[in-house]
Amino acid sequence: MSDAKKQAELIREISGVNPLKCMKCGKCSATCPAFDEMDIKPHQFVSYILNEDIEALANSKSLWKCLSCFACVERCPRDVKPGKLIDGVRQLVVRQKGQDYLSPNEIPELLDPELPQQLLVSAFRRYRR
Amino acid sequence: MQRIGVFVCHCGSNIAASVDVKKVADVVRMEPGVVYSEDYQYMCSEAGQEKVIHAIKEYGLTGVVICSCSPRMHEATFRKAVEKAGLNPYMVEVANIREHCSWIHKDVEEATKKAVILARAAIAKVNLNTPLQPGESRVTKRALVIGGGIAGIQTALDIADAGYEVDIVEKTPSIGGRMSQLDKTFPTLDCAACILTPKMVEASAHEKINIYTYSEVEKVSGFVGDFTVDIRKKARYVDENKCTGCGVCQEKCPSKKTPSEFNRGLNTRSAIYTPFAQAIPNVPVIDTQSCIKFKTGKCGACSKVCQAGAIDYTQKDTIITEKYGAIVVATGFDMIKLDNYDEYAYNQSKDVVTSLELERIMNAAGPTKGHLERLSDGKAPKEMVFIQCVGSRCDDHRGKSYCSKICCMYTAKHAMLIRDKYPDVNVTVFYIDVRTPGKNFDEFYRRAVEQYGVNYIKGQVGKVIPQPNGKLLVQGSDLLDNKQILKEADMVVLAAAIEPDPSVRKIATMLTASIDTNNFLTEAHAKLRPVESPTAGIFLSGVCQGPKDIPETVSQAGAAAVKAIGLLAKDKLMTNPCTAKPDELLCNGCSSCANVCPYGAITYEEKEVNDHGIREVRRLAQVNSALCQGCGACTVTCPSGAMDLQGFSNRQIIAEVDAICR
Amino acid sequence: MSIENKEEFRPKIVAFCCNWCSYAGADLAGSSRLGYPADVKIIRVPCSCRVNPMFILRAFEKGADGVIMCGCHPGDCHYSTGNYYARRRMTLLFSMLDYIGVENGRTRVEWVSAAEGVKFSTTMNEFAEKIHALGKNVRLGDLRCRK
Repeated sequence: MSDAKKQAELIREISGVNPLKCMKCGKCSATCPAFDEMDIKPHQFVSYILNEDIEALANSKSLWKCLSCFACVERCPRDVKPGKLIDGVRQLVVRQKGQDYLSPNEIPELLDPELPQQLLVSAFRRYRR
Repeated sequence: MQRIGVFVCHCGSNIAASVDVKKVADVVRMEPGVVYSEDYQYMCSEAGQEKVIHAIKEYGLTGVVICSCSPRMHEATFRKAVEKAGLNPYMVEVANIREHCSWIHKDVEEATKKAVILARAAIAKVNLNTPLQPGESRVTKRALVIGGGIAGIQTALDIADAGYEVDIVEKTPSIGGRMSQLDKTFPTLDCAACILTPKMVEASAHEKINIYTYSEVEKVSGFVGDFTVDIRKKARYVDENKCTGCGVCQEKCPSKKTPSEFNRGLNTRSAIYTPFAQAIPNVPVIDTQSCIKFKTGKCGACSKVCQAGAIDYTQKDTIITEKYGAIVVATGFDMIKLDNYDEYAYNQSKDVVTSLELERIMNAAGPTKGHLERLSDGKAPKEMVFIQCVGSRCDDHRGKSYCSKICCMYTAKHAMLIRDKYPDVNVTVFYIDVRTPGKNFDEFYRRAVEQYGVNYIKGQVGKVIPQPNGKLLVQGSDLLDNKQILKEADMVVLAAAIEPDPSVRKIATMLTASIDTNNFLTEAHAKLRPVESPTAGIFLSGVCQGPKDIPETVSQAGAAAVKAIGLLAKDKLMTNPCTAKPDELLCNGCSSCANVCPYGAITYEEKEVNDHGIREVRRLAQVNSALCQGCGACTVTCPSGAMDLQGFSNRQIIAEVDAICR
Repeated sequence: MSIENKEEFRPKIVAFCCNWCSYAGADLAGSSRLGYPADVKIIRVPCSCRVNPMFILRAFEKGADGVIMCGCHPGDCHYSTGNYYARRRMTLLFSMLDYIGVENGRTRVEWVSAAEGVKFSTTMNEFAEKIHALGKNVRLGDLRCRK
């Protein structure tokens, strides 16, 4: 089994979602409050997982833009629950051990006048080895 | 010992692909009683049946086992075949090696082994089969149609035209059903009332058709050809024979605040009412829940103004008992409740309506006299949004998993009619798929897009948010542009899923007709017997069997009528000979069997028996084989084991058990 | 335990199915190609109320490892009330089987309608798995019946 296939399987397992049930209605994207922020839209998440393109998802902005409000989970007519899939991908990324998730070089880019300093410090503590 | 022939069918490759049919035929030849076995491509074909007939004559067979598809499919075929060869038709047993074996087991060795065991069980059973003679029962030449919508009316007309008496039972005060609520019909844009009312009139004027409106089926007993049905005729409080239908009572009635069922609650009606102007019969009913006379005892306005003296506050429900040979179910549908769909704001805004409500709004006799207007403020809308698949194709607890089939077409119809009548109104349709299989259907939808400029957007709507300025903010997705769309609309129309009318559940139970998880009645065969229920003598017409539009409903109604006529045309029916039979020497006359018999088929009589030389008169169970349906409840209840079921006797079933566990 | 290890133990499972609902449900499972273990063999009876407790005891005596009875859903019986009788009889029988040491899991009653092919197949899969886990039925088997 290829890596991507394994990862896709793993995401299905973590999320408990069967992406094959999707009927491509787009209600998830229609209901998503963070839609404009996302590069890969909620409904696309489903097909990305079906196509086993996990790397693109793992590197997408969307992954961390999802608010986990679960409006899509609540309203999906087919019980596909894109929000849970996104959570699954997040888990997959976070579970990879021994990686630096935050490097000091990224800090200037992330700085935001409204962002509390504390957050950066704690993020640094948590996501850096 | 029987002389048994075993015939193993290949069913093309359906069986032969995973069962080694030659091996099955070879192995079972060793079974006790088997004198002949062979395999053949298609046992049900003419040539296959000839093989059976030939073998019976050639080898003097007294029993036949066919290893093929389900006995529910071809048992009757093979019974007829052996009868041609002079064998009793009940000397055939079918081993189901297709549905229960070849189709579900991929491994050839495993499937072959199982096929052999199933064949052995059938052989063991046939060894104990005895010739049975079917009895006869009479056919009451009268049909009952439950439901007076277009399906019921058409079925009744077709049966009546063939010369048989038909009764229609309709629970509302008028026949007409859902179709009478529609404004126009696709794909020809005929006005629904213009094509329906002539049929309603024809049905009510037909000398062979008797219509019970405001009535419900209360109890059903009996069986095919001889059903006895109790019909509760609810009290109208208006004498049907005296009422002239002048309508003055409805004008003068002071209680006018009851939501109108016919107009889907969009306006109100009086306590004494006919649902709509063309109602048949044109006789009002009094709704006792809202009538002041019934609530307080003081009023009687209708009685005072009625010149015909038709008002009768003392009327009571009456029960009519009638016999029927065939029953057609045509109970139709309703829209699902949208209470669980908060995101579409149906309960929050009056301007979010269902498609059926829009039909009433657009109808000249509707609450707005046919003017397209917002129900909240009466203003003409400029932006209209249609949302498809609301509750259809939903796999969650809120909706229905099936496609409601009619919504794509009626939405195109609505969009087209609005654009035609009000060209300044923009119409947007959010769709998931546009499904238009049907004659001239896709052309119709294309016309909406190309000729009338209806804006179709592929994507579902996520939510509808009522705005302080009275508008509705629709947030949907456009999957082709990969965008999220925010659109301000004046009215939103929801294509809500349709579901079988809730009353069908009770009716199906009374008729012992099977029903699926969505409350649609099950047909006897999905492809080959689509208008018959598996319960003999019960036929299905219209949406009670599955979602369908008017043309399909009418054709199915005709088909159901033909099946009913085919039954009514017979003078006598062969009854199932697999009935209970008591052993007189074992029976102790305890009445246990009579107590469990659902058909009252068991009676007792004093009879002289010769019990091993002792002659005495005993009280013994007698089975009326015309009434017995062969369920077998009595056989298990009998404490002394005197009762047995022919065709499924204790010894036969035990022989099957033994063969399987061998 | 998976049912895949067919070498050691292939249970014998007898299924009594009423003609109107469950047998048709089994047919539907077949025509929808919804598989279940070949260990399950179906006996057609007109109604679940035709199933004499004696048949079930006989099956166990002859070496069956599990017996399942399927009928129409309560209220939907073709003969109106047959499945109610069946339910009562089986409840009584099963409690007595338990008493003589035949595990509860070896017997089961399930309502399967003619439209529930999926339910039929999942029920049979579950039941077969259960019987597999319970292993061979030794309690009620009559040694004289064994070859």
